[in-house]
Amino acid sequence: MTLKLLIQIAITMLRARLRQTIVAAVGVTFGITMFVTLLSFMSGLNGMLDGLVGNRTPHIRLYNEIEPSKNQPINLSEAYKKDYNFINSIKSNNSRQEIYSANKIMQTLKEDNRVLGYSRKVASQVFFNDGAIDIAGFMNGIDVEAEMLLYSFRDYVTSGNPLDVKNRSNSIILGKPLAEKLMVSIGDIVQVATIQGERFQLKVVGYYQSGLADFDKTQSFASINTVQKILGKPSSHITDIQVKLKDMNLAPKTAKEYRQVFGVSAQDIQAANAQFETGTYIRNLISYAVGITLLIVAGFGIYNILNMMIYEKMDTIAILKATGFSGTDVKRIFMLISLSIGFFGCLLGLLLGNTLSRLISHIPFNSPAVPTIKTFPVDHNPVYYAIAIIFSLVTTYFAGWFPARKASKVDPVVIIRGK
Amino acid sequence: MQNIILQATNISKNFYDPVTVEVLHNVSFGIQKGEFVSIIGKSGCGKSTLLYILSTMDTDYSGELMIDGERMAQKKEKDLARIRNEKIGFVFQFHYLLNEFSVLKNVMLPALRLNKYSEEVIREKAFAKLDILGIKDLSEKKASQLSGGQKQRVAIARSLINDPAIIMGDEPTGNLDKKNSQIVFDTFKHLSEDLKQTLLIVTHDPSFAESTHRIIEMEDGRII
Repeated sequence: MTLKLLIQIAITMLRARLRQTIVAAVGVTFGITMFVTLLSFMSGLNGMLDGLVGNRTPHIRLYNEIEPSKNQPINLSEAYKKDYNFINSIKSNNSRQEIYSANKIMQTLKEDNRVLGYSRKVASQVFFNDGAIDIAGFMNGIDVEAEMLLYSFRDYVTSGNPLDVKNRSNSIILGKPLAEKLMVSIGDIVQVATIQGERFQLKVVGYYQSGLADFDKTQSFASINTVQKILGKPSSHITDIQVKLKDMNLAPKTAKEYRQVFGVSAQDIQAANAQFETGTYIRNLISYAVGITLLIVAGFGIYNILNMMIYEKMDTIAILKATGFSGTDVKRIFMLISLSIGFFGCLLGLLLGNTLSRLISHIPFNSPAVPTIKTFPVDHNPVYYAIAIIFSLVTTYFAGWFPARKASKVDPVVIIRGK
Repeated sequence: MQNIILQATNISKNFYDPVTVEVLHNVSFGIQKGEFVSIIGKSGCGKSTLLYILSTMDTDYSGELMIDGERMAQKKEKDLARIRNEKIGFVFQFHYLLNEFSVLKNVMLPALRLNKYSEEVIREKAFAKLDILGIKDLSEKKASQLSGGQKQRVAIARSLINDPAIIMGDEPTGNLDKKNSQIVFDTFKHLSEDLKQTLLIVTHDPSFAESTHRIIEMEDGRII
């Protein structure tokens, strides 16, 4: 009942100063609108940029690194067990690039419930023959269905059907810049030579475009069987296993575990793409900083207007106190005024922010770097709305708190006797 | 002695700015239920200061104050506000109505704060109080639309709303012309005689004081 009365008084005071109230609320609305729009837009862009790498980068890549053996024969010798053994000029031996017992590893991965999925890959260096010159490049033998499922392979094949690689024998998808360099189009035959010098003729069935031109200039994709055949390897020959986890953040830990358990090299996405993580972090930091600054400015607006209101309403405060309202009551009235300005300003701000970010998401955005995106990317994440609500209430709470405390301390005697 | 509404004992107060000045010196007196008391004295004799101490709004004093059998010393601000709300009605020199509210709402506010009756009952009571003062027809007007005399009568109605133990007035006729002063005075008279309302009025108008039951005259912070 008392609260109801205080709310009535607060509303009456707000309505008596409607213009000031609106100005204060508009400050909050503007702050929230910009906060929501900025963060949605920024995070959309971030998502796009991260997607450039993150979507097609496995969380953990299992492969065999060419490196000298860590366990040199001398270390196994009982006779020299207690000695320090120094060996100079260790060289990597010509070890196989394939993963040993890949099938067993894949069986284990299938049973690991942290793993969302995995795809096999046979990577090899090849030469693409274009008349007299050979262009060096990579040929990736992939499991097309798994790649489509886990790494949105479909999105990056800009023309042609990726499944053709699997369904048509001796077919290949070329990076778009590579195809341009070779002057071949879909349906043409391209000549591929292995390092060992064997030549094969493959039919181009599609173009691949990731957005990173330098990367696309050297890449081509074929089915695993095709690549194994070209290399003259058996069907157990797998060079990479690309693992996608359910939670990307577990990658470093899981990679370490796999390294020990499977005895292969395991690279996690965070180590492989540290610069992207940093970029995302900094961009997020900047957008939060700008958004929060806007809200703090709005908070100062409310602070000023409430302060003015308190000077104007000294008589009212004095008489409320003289007729039996306590300092706490008076403080509550001004807190209510402040919080309702914050609340309604915020509500309108969320609405406008949503409208604005929707508008932005319809602005055409064509970039050769990102073939999959046609308009500006916007991430309508409800978390930003929640942060905006919480932050606007916190800001207005503090903006109101100081003037309200001042109001609660007004000495009615001083005001009344001052007349 | 059960009928003593207000008892002040040895109340003293100093102002410290810029030099220490003793405004009140060992003021003691009591007010019986139903009494109509006026405090008179020259400007600066401390009569208003005394009233604000008695009203519990000024807590910076020494001595003892009892209102309706309760000691005021050591009470918290919140409790004092409650006592002002429930036991004391105020009429100031300036009307101090809230301009944003209607006359009726102005009168109702202290009762709504007290929260003893439902809003409907309070509304009825407010109408009754306005009726006593003969301004029932003004109830829906905004406070800012009234004349000075009307405003002061609304202020008196407001002071009555919680049926206080005592009504205090600080020069309630000070800002009014002769005609309106008379109306306000007659109102107080009516409250005192017909409703047995206890009243304590500070004034510098001798003719006003003369027609009250008891006059407390002050000079230099003492009762003479």
